[in-house]
Amino acid sequence: MISDRLTKTILFASSLIVLIISAGIVLSLVVGAIPAFKEFGAGFIFTNKWNPTEGHEVYGALPFIAGTLITSFLALILCVPLAFSTSLFIGEYFRNTRVSGILSSLVDLLAGIPSIVYGLWGFYTLRPIVNNLGLSDQGFGIFTSSLILTIMIIPYATSMSTEIIAMVPEELKEAAYSLGATRFEVIFNVIIPNARSGIIASYILALGRALGETMAVTMLIGNSNIVPSGLFATGNTMASIIANQFGEASGLKLSALIAIGLLLFAITGIVNSIGKYIIRKFV
Amino acid sequence: MNKMKNLIILASILSILLSCTSGGKKVAPGDKKISLTAAGATFPMPFYNLAFKKYAENTGVSLTYGGIGSGGGIRSLNDKVVDFGASDAFLTDKEISGMPAEIVQIPTCIGAVVIAYNLPGVDYLKMTPELLENIFMGAITKWNAPGIKAVNPDLALPDMKITVVYRSDGSGTTYIFSDYMTKVSSIWKEKVGTGKSLNWPIGIGAKGNPGVAGTISQSVGSIGYIGSEYAFAQKIQYALVRNSSGNYINPDIKTISSAAKVEIPADTRIMITNSSDPEAYPISGFTWIILYKEQSYSSRSYARAESVVKFLDWLESPDAQAIAETVNYASLPSNVSSVAKNILNTVTFDGKPVLK
Repeated sequence: MISDRLTKTILFASSLIVLIISAGIVLSLVVGAIPAFKEFGAGFIFTNKWNPTEGHEVYGALPFIAGTLITSFLALILCVPLAFSTSLFIGEYFRNTRVSGILSSLVDLLAGIPSIVYGLWGFYTLRPIVNNLGLSDQGFGIFTSSLILTIMIIPYATSMSTEIIAMVPEELKEAAYSLGATRFEVIFNVIIPNARSGIIASYILALGRALGETMAVTMLIGNSNIVPSGLFATGNTMASIIANQFGEASGLKLSALIAIGLLLFAITGIVNSIGKYIIRKFV
Repeated sequence: MNKMKNLIILASILSILLSCTSGGKKVAPGDKKISLTAAGATFPMPFYNLAFKKYAENTGVSLTYGGIGSGGGIRSLNDKVVDFGASDAFLTDKEISGMPAEIVQIPTCIGAVVIAYNLPGVDYLKMTPELLENIFMGAITKWNAPGIKAVNPDLALPDMKITVVYRSDGSGTTYIFSDYMTKVSSIWKEKVGTGKSLNWPIGIGAKGNPGVAGTISQSVGSIGYIGSEYAFAQKIQYALVRNSSGNYINPDIKTISSAAKVEIPADTRIMITNSSDPEAYPISGFTWIILYKEQSYSSRSYARAESVVKFLDWLESPDAQAIAETVNYASLPSNVSSVAKNILNTVTFDGKPVLK
């Protein structure tokens, strides 16, 4: 059959293109990062210093790796209870009601808001609140960025978990009810064990989004290029330093920024593989 | 099967159409219409855009400018994908030797860096180089510190913490500010130095002039530095700064222009911060346009080279400089524009000067 072969060829070609593009990105990142790794070696990853002044040039990625991991995981921790209860609400307790319909559209709407809008809202509304609580200097820092990231990643975690929870077979739940289980027991003994892998996958997706977020974080984190001294201190993330300094960078600094890009790529890859491992091993 | 045939016919028609358009483009250089491209610093972009528009109206030569940052402008010129690049800092000897051919650099207008602050009710704050050093390095942390009071005896300074705001992105604004600080403070020179982005000892970073201005306007007790063209347009509160002659100078297009009334080297590579002119605002600086000295490269036409040089020659004229002032840049004094014109006279096409 010609049409069959044609489909096969087209599918093969398009997946090959994706493969070539990813390989090309990795290749150009590696080539661009070589000068930085040649100059600083593996110490590049562990150096807590970023001094771009000519003559004193030292570049270390540790402040940004720390900033990225702390803000993203803090956002994930804050996101889990909110997203989990929302998805239970929409997918189980109030399934197919008007309330859940409205709520799930609102959650999806959150995903469609551009990150610059989140950044502006964080800057003009959230930051003064944090400031008035006296938590940090002028309201900038790790904590404020994590709060905005939490709101940004909730829709990713929620909508996928909701689908998965709603997909748990009705027969299983009814069987549990007929055995006299309460709704709470059904959730914890039937729904969660059945939907576990999908729920975890949705949180990994959300974490991936937090790791790469740039604009909103830049506007709130304070952009100081050191390992943050506490939860309310200022810091910087990998995506943010690249976005900030790429335009005017040249030479070794440009290479250091590309190397950070490569590390971010690697970290995202590692996080995803750990997630997949958890799903395979424990679910 | 019929569908397949139709698809093939459609594809072949499309490919024929596509080849036609690419063929059409190849003929284009013969046209009289010339469109130039340039890229670089964002700082002079409002001026360049307005000047390009006026020039296109008068001559029909259209120009487009990409505000991708000075570094990007230099990279684009290096790759020969633009007719000229623009940079807020002149190229160093090392950068010049890294270019594929000899380049020339001409200043096009003057900007400054103003010290913006947010203290309601406190106007005309005065700053000295020592105060700037102490505040931006964290030695003075309160607005009512004796050092600030001594310079501003008439002002009611509050008992409030100082928040320093700086540019988180690499920028010519930071370069001019740090160049000035390096000239006036030995501690700054040793601990921080000069650059487009710095290793800041304290403070909060914000992206771009709008980011710094927004952060300052939202945070009472903050101080930072902003490009003058942005500060003037946005009517931001800023401080008077003591210059090398001991006068407290309010930044405006006249005092900024005065900063360039010093001896200009033949290659125009000079930072005019801490100017010796008694009327000068001390944190001022040129912005440059960079082009190849030999304009015959990458099979460019003579007409193209000619329109580049003619445009730049016009950009140095009083007409174009007047446009700069309408968008809050200081114009070049005549001692600078005459040096720039001398440089443009050395630009050649196949070894012959382009301007006659």
